[in-house]
Amino acid sequence: MSEVLVVEKVRKAFGSEVVLEDISFRVPVHTATVFIGSSGSGKSTLLRCINLLEQIDDGIITLDGQEISAVEANVDEVRKKFGMVFQAFNLFPHKTVLENITLAPIHARGIEPEQAIAEALELLARFGLKDKAEQYPDRLSGGQQQRVAIIRSLALHPRMLLLDEITSALDPVLVNEVLSLVRDLKSDGMTMLLATHEMGFAKQVADEVCFLHKGRILEWGAPEDLLESPKLPETKDFLRRVHEAGRL
Amino acid sequence: MGRNSGDSSGVTPYDFGGQWQPSSHELARRASRKKKNNRNAIIATLSSVVVLGSLAIVVVTSPGWKSLSDTFFAWAYGVEVLPKIILGFGTNVVLTLIAGSSVAILGLTIALLRTSRSPALTPFRILSTIYVDLFRGIPMLLVILLVGFGIPALRLQGVTNNVLVLGTIAVIITYTAYVAEVIRSGILTVHPSQRAAARSLGLTHFQTLRHVILPQALRRVTPPLLNDLVALIKDTGLVSILGVTDAVRAAQISSSRTFNYTPYVMAAIVFLLITIPLTRFTDRTLRKSIERQNAQGNA
Ligand SMILES: Nc1ncnc2c1ncn2[C@@H]1O[C@H](COP(=O)(O)OP(=O)(O)O)[C@@H](O)[C@H]1O
Ligand SMILES: [Mg+2]
Repeated sequence: MSEVLVVEKVRKAFGSEVVLEDISFRVPVHTATVFIGSSGSGKSTLLRCINLLEQIDDGIITLDGQEISAVEANVDEVRKKFGMVFQAFNLFPHKTVLENITLAPIHARGIEPEQAIAEALELLARFGLKDKAEQYPDRLSGGQQQRVAIIRSLALHPRMLLLDEITSALDPVLVNEVLSLVRDLKSDGMTMLLATHEMGFAKQVADEVCFLHKGRILEWGAPEDLLESPKLPETKDFLRRVHEAGRL
Repeated sequence: MGRNSGDSSGVTPYDFGGQWQPSSHELARRASRKKKNNRNAIIATLSSVVVLGSLAIVVVTSPGWKSLSDTFFAWAYGVEVLPKIILGFGTNVVLTLIAGSSVAILGLTIALLRTSRSPALTPFRILSTIYVDLFRGIPMLLVILLVGFGIPALRLQGVTNNVLVLGTIAVIITYTAYVAEVIRSGILTVHPSQRAAARSLGLTHFQTLRHVILPQALRRVTPPLLNDLVALIKDTGLVSILGVTDAVRAAQISSSRTFNYTPYVMAAIVFLLITIPLTRFTDRTLRKSIERQNAQGNA
C-alpha cells in the first residue's frame, strides 16, 4: 500500500517548551490514523505542523514522496493538498456558505467562478445542505457549520484531510451528523488524519490509533487493540478518564 | 390538539385549514397593550411640554434674555451673513472630502504595516509606531500651526505656501494617526483562527487579508470610523486659524465687524445640519453592529 503521508522523527518546541518529540508514523492511502491524548498533549500542534502552519524544529514530513518540510517547499501549494478543519471558528462569518466554499477554489486554485459554484452546489447537495447555500454561518447550527467547513476543505480536492477535534465544540446532539459525514468520506476512500476525543468514533473509522502523551507517541496499534487492551499505564489512565467523563 | 386556547367560546384558534387566528384572549391582550401604549405616549408628551415649556419660560423671562438674544440670536443679521458662511462651509466640505479620503487610504496602509510580520517591513513598522504615538499625543491645533506657519518660514524651493493646502496636510497627518489605530484594533480583534482557516485553504497572505481579515475588521470599526468622520468635519474649522476662509473664519469676519455673535451661531447651525444626521446614522450603524455580534455569539 502506498503511503500518502510519512512523518519521521519530528520535533517541535515553543521556546524552551518541547511540545512534540520524536514523532514518527505513516498514513497509507485510503486509511485513517487517529490521534488520541489528553488536552495539551500536542495533537493540534502536530496537525498544524503537518499543514505548515507551524515550522518544525527537526525531522522530515513527506507527502506523496515529496518532502514538504523542505525549506524550498511552496507553502501555499502544500496547504492546498491538505483539507484542514478546526475545532471552532472555522467558517468566515461575513461570507455565505457558498462563498465560504468557493473562496479558495476561485482565488487559490484559479478556477472559474461558475465552475467553482457548480462544484460547491454539488458537494452541498451530496451532504444534504443545498438549501443552506445562501445562508450566513450564524444562521446554521454548530453541526451544520462543521459540515460546511468539511465541505469547504473538500472543494480543494485535497490529497488528505486533517481534522482537529471537529466535534469537541458541539452540543452532544449535533456530534453525530458531523461524524457520520466523516464516516461517509472514509468509506469513499478519503485518506485522513484526525485528533478526537470520541473513542467510539475512533474505533469505527481508525485503521491505526496513536496515543500521544506529553508530545510523544507512547503507544499505537489497531483500534481494537489499543482502545480495548492498552498496555501502558498512561494509556489505561487516559482511557479510564475519558470513559468516566463520558459517563458524567 | 392538547392545547387549551383559553377561549371562552370554546372554538379552537386553529381552523381546519391550519390557518392561525388570534384567540379572543390574545385579542383582549392586544387591546389592553394598545391602550397602555397610548397612555404612555400621552404621559410622555404632557411631561415634555411641561418641563421643556417651563424651562423656556424661565430663560426667556430672565433679566439677561434681551441682551442675550440681541447678541446671539439677531436672526435678521444672521440671515444676511448666511450666504457668506455657507460659501465658507463649502471649504470645510471640500477639505473633509479630500482629507477624509486621504486619511482612509493612509490610515489603512499604516494599520497594515503595523500588523504585518514581514521582516523586510521592520523599519517601516518602527517608523509608523513612532508616527502614531507622536501625532496622537499632540493637540491638532499645534500641528496646524507648525505646518501652516512653520513650513512657509523655511522658504523651501517648490514647496507650497498655500495655507489651505498646508492646513489640509496638517489635518491629514493628525487624523491618519487616529484612524490607523482604529483600523489596527479592528484587525487585531479578528480571531487568529480565521487567518489559520484561510491560510490552511492555501490562500496567500494578501488574499487572506483582502478576503477574510479586512472585511471583518472594517465592518467592526465602521461605527468608530464614522465618529471620527463627524469629528473631522468639525475639526476642519481649526484651519481658520491659518486665515483659510471656511465657515468659522467667515463667521469671525462678520462678527468682528459688528461685535455681534449671531454669525457664530449661524455657523454652528450649518455644522449641525450635517453632523446631526451623520451622528444619528452612526448610532444606527453601531446598534446594528452590536446586534450582529450578539447574533454571532448565540450561534
Ligand atoms: N503558539 C504556541 N505558543 C506556545 N505554546 C503553544 C502554542 N501552541 C500550543 N502550545 C503549547 O503546546 C502544547 C500542546 O498544545 P496543543 O497542540 O494545542 O495540544 P492539544 O491539541 O493536544 O490539546 C500545550 O502545552 C500548549 O500550551
Ligand atoms: Mg487541540
